[in-house]
Amino acid sequence: MKALGIDIGSAWTKAVLLEGGEIVAAKAIPTGPDFAKAGLRAARSLLRGRGGLKGVKGLVVTGYGRDAFPRGRKVTELTCQARGVWGLRPSVRTIIDVGGQDTKVIRIGEEGRLLTFVMNDKCAAGTGRFLEAIARALRMRVWELGLLAEQAELGCSINSTCTVFAETEVIGLLASGRAKEDVCRGVIESVGKRVAALALSLGVEGEVALVGGVAKVPCLKEALEEELGTDLVDLPLDPQFTGAYGAALLAADGRSWP
Amino acid sequence: MDNRSLWESLGMDLDRHDQLLAVLPQVFSGIYLEQPSRPKEMAYFDQVVADIHGARVKELLEHKGRGGKVFASFCIYVPEEIIYAAGGASIGLCGGAELPIGTAERILPRNLCPLIKSSVGFKLERICPYFEVADLVVGETTCDGKKKAWEVLSEYVPMYVMELPQRKGKRDLEFWEGELWEFLHKVEEITGRTIGEEDLRRGIEVTDRKRRALARLFELRKADPVPISGLDALLVVQLGFFDDPPRFAAKVEELCEELERRIEVGEGAFPDWRPRIVISGSPMAIPNWKVHALVEKLGGAVVCEESCTGTRALTGTTEPEGDGIGGLIKGIAQRQLRANCACFTPNQERVEDVLRLCREYAADGVILYSLQFCQPFILEAYRLERALRGEGIPVLRIETDYGEGDMEALKLRVKGFLESLVR
Repeated sequence: MKALGIDIGSAWTKAVLLEGGEIVAAKAIPTGPDFAKAGLRAARSLLRGRGGLKGVKGLVVTGYGRDAFPRGRKVTELTCQARGVWGLRPSVRTIIDVGGQDTKVIRIGEEGRLLTFVMNDKCAAGTGRFLEAIARALRMRVWELGLLAEQAELGCSINSTCTVFAETEVIGLLASGRAKEDVCRGVIESVGKRVAALALSLGVEGEVALVGGVAKVPCLKEALEEELGTDLVDLPLDPQFTGAYGAALLAADGRSWP
Repeated sequence: MDNRSLWESLGMDLDRHDQLLAVLPQVFSGIYLEQPSRPKEMAYFDQVVADIHGARVKELLEHKGRGGKVFASFCIYVPEEIIYAAGGASIGLCGGAELPIGTAERILPRNLCPLIKSSVGFKLERICPYFEVADLVVGETTCDGKKKAWEVLSEYVPMYVMELPQRKGKRDLEFWEGELWEFLHKVEEITGRTIGEEDLRRGIEVTDRKRRALARLFELRKADPVPISGLDALLVVQLGFFDDPPRFAAKVEELCEELERRIEVGEGAFPDWRPRIVISGSPMAIPNWKVHALVEKLGGAVVCEESCTGTRALTGTTEPEGDGIGGLIKGIAQRQLRANCACFTPNQERVEDVLRLCREYAADGVILYSLQFCQPFILEAYRLERALRGEGIPVLRIETDYGEGDMEALKLRVKGFLESLVR
């Protein structure tokens, strides 16, 4: 049986196709302004040469754009992340999901169910948007920012929480002659601090996994481990796809709700 | 007199008021009228909302024409009993709309709760007829924001402020009795009438009948399936601050009779099984239906509000404590101080209230609701959350204003919370 999970995120749309419970294909494309279209495009490209949408028995759509998608069962990314990570590594109890515009800390309950969660409030600090804005101000890509940060001797301290003020602060630090590696390191550390503060407000329990597109930014995992005082476990799947994978698992489970 | 001439005669800003009323019917019908299987007796309350700045304002003007006075307030600690005892009318003021907030921010800081900003904005913009008909606006010292806002508001309206104590000891109760006496004399001065023991007894009975009717409604919400949506129950409570008390009580009683029949046949407000949610925190003034609408649209049922627009307004009836009018005043003070607002310290009683309500209403989860920048409730949410989690009760904390800007973020939180509650 084929089951499809689509995660229409604010920045990237991810799709995972399962057959007999195993991942047979996965795809990520930039979301753009049209959520429904992004979901359809991701699904189509995944199913091309694999029998199209007709052969799919279960479909769960999640992510920021889920309600714009015309078909399938709609489940929040909170529940999908819990199910996905539990499917990959049942010993994980806490998920830290750093996404494009939301950061979530999720506690996994019995059988991969969502137990509880906290999220950042109305603010880009500690999310992918923060990194994107700073990287843009520095005329580089987010991953380049991470690579430079890895080469730093000592990270600068970035004090502004507000993304806009932090941009100004970063430019000021560079103007005052600080090495760009140290500034980049400071930027990554500031995200680590914000995310860790959120995680500690819920309490870090059991094994902790970092997921979401931002998890792939070099240096971020280390910065977060430093702040949390605990190691983050590795998952046997690209951390950008855990939400879509959870959605596909829920589609395969075929339970009514959620 | 038609509504427009009525508003014009009150010196209101008609254009701006049109803007306010232009959105209300749309919002109301989208949220309220599309609910499935509503109780038929809600028709009365729908009609009151539909003409919220019309019919009742006319009644109040007629009341004034007969020499009556109108007292406007914002808080359950302002004793309606004393107002009714002098033949006065008591109304709750507007403060739940987004529209006038921008204007209020010319004077008030942005980081102030939307309820205060909205109320002051309504007066600055002259778009609340209740402000315009009020002979006295009665404030209280529940939070710093309100205290200071009254100072601003007193430049625009005849203002009187009651000082609410911050603790509930013997001295505080005596102090509050003193405040009630002073308010009684103020009401006598404004109305030109002397309040005797029998008058106050009558005022208490008018208020208590309303309270008994609402308490009966809340009792019926304990049934499973719940016979009335949280949205509908909230609306009834909100209108209790505006409507003529005896008529309102009679209509609530009729509604309760219908709900009793529903319970007998097992008829619920929703077609499907839903997690039962208790909402606890800041008050919700009309037309602030934001969180209820979200919860019930996304598949939850709000079964109780621990709120000033909920159980905090229902602290039983007034039992005289001793003889004469002094005994009645003491009784009012004691009843009022049973309400556990977050402005008191320490306030362990509120934690116990919420835990008890969770048991009584068989709650599957609690939403701790704070208006943005409403410090007393935001701060208390920490201890409340810990106590609830200690009892194994799932909790979601929401802090929001009247705007639409955070709708998507709230939707995700509420939907995720409801998903986590599915048994």
